[in-house]
Amino acid sequence: MSLTIPLLRRRALPPAGLLISGVFLLLVLMAVLFPALLSPYDPLMADPVNAQLPPSAAHWLGTDQLGRDVLTRLIYGSRYSLLISIAAMALAVTVGSLLGLLAGLARGALDEIISRAVDVVSAFPDLLLALMLIAFTGPGTVNLIFALGVASIPRFARVVRAQTFLVMSSGYVEQARTFGLTRRVLIWRHVLPHAIAHVPVLATLGLGTAIIGTAGLSFLGMGPQPPTAEWGLMLAEGRNYLRNAWWIGVWPGVAITLTVVAVNTIGHHWQARFEGKKA
Amino acid sequence: MSRELFIDIRNLTVRFPSPQGLKTVVSGLNLQLQRGQSLALVGESGSGKTVTARSLIGLQDENAVLTADRFMIDGRDMLQATQRDWRAIRGKQIGYVLQDALVSLDPLRRIGQQLSDALRANPRDSNKDLRQRSLQLLASVGMPEAQRRLALYPHQLSGGLRQRTLIATALAGKPELLIADEPTTALDMTVQKQILDLLQRRRDDGQALLLLISHDLSVIGQLADVVMVMKEGEVVEQGPARRLLQAPEHPWTRQLLQAVPTPQTKGLRLSSPVPLPLPAKQIDTGEPLLQALGLNKHYGAHQVVRDVSFRLSAGETLGIVGESGSGKTTVARMVLGLTEPDSGRIQIEGQPWSRVAESQRRLRRSRIQLIAQDPLSSFDPRYTVEKIIGESLDAAGIFGAARRQRVLQLLDEVRLGAGFLQRYPRELSGGQRQRVAIARAFAPNPALLVADEPVSALDVSVQAQVLDLLADMQAEHRTALLFISHDLGVIHHLADRVLVMKDGAVVESGDVGRVFTHPQHRWTQQLLDALPVLPGQAA
Repeated sequence: MSLTIPLLRRRALPPAGLLISGVFLLLVLMAVLFPALLSPYDPLMADPVNAQLPPSAAHWLGTDQLGRDVLTRLIYGSRYSLLISIAAMALAVTVGSLLGLLAGLARGALDEIISRAVDVVSAFPDLLLALMLIAFTGPGTVNLIFALGVASIPRFARVVRAQTFLVMSSGYVEQARTFGLTRRVLIWRHVLPHAIAHVPVLATLGLGTAIIGTAGLSFLGMGPQPPTAEWGLMLAEGRNYLRNAWWIGVWPGVAITLTVVAVNTIGHHWQARFEGKKA
Repeated sequence: MSRELFIDIRNLTVRFPSPQGLKTVVSGLNLQLQRGQSLALVGESGSGKTVTARSLIGLQDENAVLTADRFMIDGRDMLQATQRDWRAIRGKQIGYVLQDALVSLDPLRRIGQQLSDALRANPRDSNKDLRQRSLQLLASVGMPEAQRRLALYPHQLSGGLRQRTLIATALAGKPELLIADEPTTALDMTVQKQILDLLQRRRDDGQALLLLISHDLSVIGQLADVVMVMKEGEVVEQGPARRLLQAPEHPWTRQLLQAVPTPQTKGLRLSSPVPLPLPAKQIDTGEPLLQALGLNKHYGAHQVVRDVSFRLSAGETLGIVGESGSGKTTVARMVLGLTEPDSGRIQIEGQPWSRVAESQRRLRRSRIQLIAQDPLSSFDPRYTVEKIIGESLDAAGIFGAARRQRVLQLLDEVRLGAGFLQRYPRELSGGQRQRVAIARAFAPNPALLVADEPVSALDVSVQAQVLDLLADMQAEHRTALLFISHDLGVIHHLADRVLVMKDGAVVESGDVGRVFTHPQHRWTQQLLDALPVLPGQAA
């Protein structure tokens, strides 16, 4: 299939890894948005007669201990795994950027308070902190989002704060002050766009970590509860049957790995391009 | 021995790969350097002078394609030279002083270590011996208190001392030829003078051949025997320095010479091939537009501005001249209302400007505009030229079609045209950027323009165009101009009156002709002595 759009003709094809990652993520996105289109089975309905069937033409990836189609559960599970991670990132990006901007603009005492608080949070490993938070709030989807989100706040807050410092002392902010712009206009026009320029790249890279975090905490039973189809949870359930039905546990693991690799590939590529452009 | 050619290069061509195929950066260059001679390569940025010089030590870019009919250094054919052959040349036969002294020293190694690195010819040299030789080397480049400086890091030295250190490292291997790439750019006038004197002394002693690279003809006037003028990769004129500087034959050389602001150019255009007068200024000597009374400013215990007072009439140009750290930029920031004076006051158009609430000042800010030294950093990189210029009209409340109209009119006045509206600052050349900055500054019809070193980052010929443009715009808009520079030539050319600053205080002020011909203060005299003079021009 050769399809060339005139505008893009001059550009070389993106590297193979990037292309494969992109296609794979598109598939995952399809699964998130329209799971019913991709699979004829029900992800939750038990069918004990067909339990633990190995991969076959009818069940491509086999069935689990309750006779549910593994592929179908993976497809429906993408919604939980991805949406939890994306929601956690959204929380971290919003709160982190705001805190960073605030600290960068205020300087002085407020900056000290915010920065030290961020230091405290980032002193704990992300997963450990999320575990601690869940220990307070109890397991559940919303609590998982909250815990993972809070653990990721520091990286955004720090980058945005540093960028805000940089932009505030730049020539064009100085110049804009001589035009008589109000502080609010100045920040909105010249500071904010530059301060958050790195955030999308950081968020993409953070998404990979968040997917692992989601799966890991669900595996430990801190996230959605059975019988929900969620990759980490499926992994935990499949663990008990690895000896005689490996497909129940292995496929969720493969799905998690591939998704994280794909997200990271795209994130790193984006980062490289972004930094190349800056230099 | 003296007639022997140290360097003999015929038909040198250097090309770089680019998306459009090979781009020729140097073409058909012949370079012969006899022992006992000093040569200067002169040209604007991008004319190929640095590429030429770097090829002499085999340090051209890895991708560069270099061809020549003949490429001999000290009788050796270097066309097929390996890296090993080049190492025998570098440092020992040819010393190279890189362009930017401020970044060319390793920030994490002490001065003494860097000199020892350069001196260590064989690993058995004892540290004590190296230290002794480092000291001698520093002394030979006129480093005061050399003993103490050995233990310092580069950031603890001033620009001039760093340049001396760099020259010392280049001289460590006792090279026959010293290449100095823009050795005085970014240095203050008096420091530039010291470095030039140092190079001159070496030349007069016959210690080493000198190859000097500069965009500034006045710098090389005293130093070079032979001058080669380059333009777009080709040598357009070469000859003995005196002859070339006094009676240039090629129009480009003439243009370069004419572009240098000197006492003789006052009131004349710098960028025209024949002397043409600038439009007359209209100075209103009634009520002063700007009045500064007894300004003082401390940063911590350090007083950066001491009791500075001056006045500026509408349409007049006041120059502030001084070295870096003399407080001139702080004065500018106070006039712009970006820094508050500790004591003293500023009045603009008869009303107090300093120590009033920002909400009151904001409405009047469009009366005072700034042209910064580095236009690129003064533009928001996400903004197009149209938005950049238009933004200064915010306070004046001009939006929509009227704003576009005004922006187009200004682009026309600075001779850029409508084609630039949608361009981004990164896509513009240095001169075009400064034109955009000028257009932006004049957009809201300001009464006062503050220009902080607006031309010090530009090539001489571009500087000439920008200065002419500034003079045209000023005369037309009857704007008062506060012009800050470390370059006395530029100040003399442009200003009506001048303030000479040193250590935060005004040491001398008055009519520019009077101050520069009959300086009263020792420091002004010293600055004037540091001014390089083109041969053939009466000092």
